[in-house]
Amino acid sequence: MMDQTVQRRLIEAVANAVVNHADELTTLDQAIGDGDHGLNMKRGALVILERVDELGAQPLPAALKAAGQMLVMKVGGASGPLYGTLLMTLGKELPAAPDRDDLVRALGAAVAAVKKIGRSDVGQKTMLDVLGPVYEELTLGGPAPFDRIRQRGAAAADATIPMKAIKGRASFLGERSIGHMDPGARSASLMIAAACTVMEE
Amino acid sequence: MANVGIVIVSHSPKIAEGAADMVRQMVGDSVPLAWTGGNPEGGLGTDVAAIIEAIDRAWSDAGVAVLVDLGGAETNSEMAIDMLEASRRGKVVVCEAPVVEGAVMAATEASGGATLDAVRRTAEELSPT
Repeated sequence: MMDQTVQRRLIEAVANAVVNHADELTTLDQAIGDGDHGLNMKRGALVILERVDELGAQPLPAALKAAGQMLVMKVGGASGPLYGTLLMTLGKELPAAPDRDDLVRALGAAVAAVKKIGRSDVGQKTMLDVLGPVYEELTLGGPAPFDRIRQRGAAAADATIPMKAIKGRASFLGERSIGHMDPGARSASLMIAAACTVMEE
Repeated sequence: MANVGIVIVSHSPKIAEGAADMVRQMVGDSVPLAWTGGNPEGGLGTDVAAIIEAIDRAWSDAGVAVLVDLGGAETNSEMAIDMLEASRRGKVVVCEAPVVEGAVMAATEASGGATLDAVRRTAEELSPT
């Protein structure tokens, strides 16, 4: 079993990262989207925080599935099903006490599920431009994985700035989407960084 | 066999309701029809639980065609379909069509007793390919 204290801290850290950066995510989304990403993600994160006692006490796979379902039902934008699918797939694929190999396999499946439901892929200026590189970094193994994953995620979010959006609302802007960081890439990198910081301790 | 049902999903409840009014004017009560719009807090957006309920209200054994506006409405509708019971899941499709024109065309086709596949094709003929 994963330590329940660690699990609870993971949930709180990831949800708080969203809540604390909601304004920034909204600002990014106002530049190239419909301006609701911060609010939508914050709504989902607050629901999860409200039920953190229950989520923290469940086995890891059940907690991930439940948190994913909350995002699907509560977020209201496309990011709900996308992040919800990510968490629900992780919940389905991970055992109660995962090792690194389990995590590699589960994250691979989860990223594939997000690609499928979003009908998107790496290179289209979306959250996948962070999830893809983060998955790749995880597969490499080696020392200090969490620090490297956090840095890779942040760099990958920055790398969406010069990209032209091909998927999502930002794609309506075509060339004008260039020069802005993708809000979904940013939210993904924030949540991954928060999770990595807890895992390092 | 009953006519195919139509569900209209928009980020805006006003658009969804207005499109449903236009459908009713065209086809009266001959097709099951439901609309939903807005996020769980009533702002602009879409709500998976509300979409599931709308599919339920417009349910027909001949199937249900869902018309959506922007990306999130499509993703959330597909999620809603995924969460239906297995016996219903295969009888609901999201049409790639403009929401207002698609809903009116789909409903007109459905009112003549067309199959779900024919209803979807008629709506999707409106889409630029």
